[in-house]
Amino acid sequence: MEYFIQQLINGISVGSIYALIALGYTMVYGIIKLINFAHGDVFMVGSFIGLFSAKYFASVGFPPVIVLILSLVISMTVSALLGITIERLAYKPLRRASRIAVLITAIGVSFLLEYTGVYLLGPQAKGFPEIINKHQFQLFGSSVQVDSNQMMTLGTTVVLMIILQYIVHRTKIGKAMRAVSFDMEAAQLMGINVDRTISATFAIGSALAAAAGVIFGMTYNAVDPMMGVLPGLKAFVAAVLGGIGSIPGALVGGLLLGTVETEISSLGYSSWRDGVAFAILILILIFKPSGLFGKNVREKV
Amino acid sequence: MTASTAEVLLDVQQASRSFGGLKALSEVSLHINRGELIGLIGPNGAGKTTLFNLLTGVYPPSSGSIILNNESVGGMKPFRINRKGAARTFQNIRLFTAMTVLDNVKIAFHQHAKHSMFTSMLRLPKHFSGEGEITQKAMDILKIFNLADQFDELAGNMSYGNQRRLEIARALAAGPKLLLLDEPAAGMNPNETRDLMNLIAWIREEFDLTILLIEHDMSLVMGVCDRIYVLDRGMLIADGSPLEIRNNPKVIEAYLGQEA
Repeated sequence: MEYFIQQLINGISVGSIYALIALGYTMVYGIIKLINFAHGDVFMVGSFIGLFSAKYFASVGFPPVIVLILSLVISMTVSALLGITIERLAYKPLRRASRIAVLITAIGVSFLLEYTGVYLLGPQAKGFPEIINKHQFQLFGSSVQVDSNQMMTLGTTVVLMIILQYIVHRTKIGKAMRAVSFDMEAAQLMGINVDRTISATFAIGSALAAAAGVIFGMTYNAVDPMMGVLPGLKAFVAAVLGGIGSIPGALVGGLLLGTVETEISSLGYSSWRDGVAFAILILILIFKPSGLFGKNVREKV
Repeated sequence: MTASTAEVLLDVQQASRSFGGLKALSEVSLHINRGELIGLIGPNGAGKTTLFNLLTGVYPPSSGSIILNNESVGGMKPFRINRKGAARTFQNIRLFTAMTVLDNVKIAFHQHAKHSMFTSMLRLPKHFSGEGEITQKAMDILKIFNLADQFDELAGNMSYGNQRRLEIARALAAGPKLLLLDEPAAGMNPNETRDLMNLIAWIREEFDLTILLIEHDMSLVMGVCDRIYVLDRGMLIADGSPLEIRNNPKVIEAYLGQEA
């Protein structure tokens, strides 16, 4: 039982990272019906920017908490700008093109980011600095261990989720996002600047992915230009599992997927971990394509 | 009243729009003076909604010019035209059905809002004054349309007639000079229609509006409009007072077909 709980805690920590990335997938899909396959690579870029700023601020001699916060903020800001740029240059000219054209463009952007990374930084993994020293906490009489990193991961995810919920439901831009995702044309005719709304969506999604990138680096201590591929795909599975287009769905899907993966590994089938994740994708697409929280949408005629 | 003696709010010159080989509108010219209530009628497929789409920027005219309030708006993006003062409703209701009635109206107000995402997130005083002001204005409009008691209801859960009224309320919230109503009474019963027409006449006075109205119900158009334009197969075939239109042989032919 303690073993199960231990794995559950590990799973939630992995799942938080999936959830943060999945939010970007789901928001972008909700608003322009595009599976942004470059999203996993924005996560990678965010992780590297986090790495560089963490190294810099640590060398300047800031205290660890400040280093963490500054790295997060800088990485999220730069990635938000990257997200906006990608949308403006690659997707916006294709706004009226068929969905498959945009999808293929997204895959192209993904490769571009990956191999630009390899070119500039080399294919080897780089060590991510330990920004905050890990502390172990014992629960249930030392049988279950939680380290400070896992708590920070969950904490950051929860805080970002609350901010996101707030933006989406309580601010002008959030209201504009919901309106645009509902009916882009009608929203435009009500005076909503659709281009700006889409940019904001990309910015927020990319910032969340960057936060996930920094957390990922701190958890696994290694980053490389191809690191975005698998978490990106997993987060896509998480978004579909939760119901693509649904924000709570992305969170639940991410946590669920992380937990299932970790439990599978803990049972001794760790080489099956990725297989199970994608089997979930296939099963969901066959039996409940709208996902756990998705609505059945009829195509407009 | 002619164009020269009154102030022209909307002036369309030779506007055409083709879709591939199909000429949906060809060389339509019309003008609307400030404060007028103009009817736009024509058989199905005549191009009435296409004309609305040109006026609101859904697509640009293939040729011709559209002047709104002394400014050329032909080919401008829809949200800009909306901010220049033209707001519309839709033939098929297109509310944001998953949002509340109040949010539907507030969203159209947002272009006037003074607060931004950051003031809202930080809950600065500007957020409360800006948001409070918008909520108050939105509620005022809902009151006019008798929808105030349902403000917290999801728009999709309202009755059909109320959804139609909410669409007009939402269009009004943008603070338009020119209000374009695309079959506002479609699917309403005669009583509802009459109430709606009284309401439209009233808001026109109250908000100092100019209104262009597409409508199929002839008795209704004849009753309230100052002037009427008639479209048939993409061309303007007649314009004039309701009485002139009623007796125009071309119009009768377009609607009833040629006498055998």
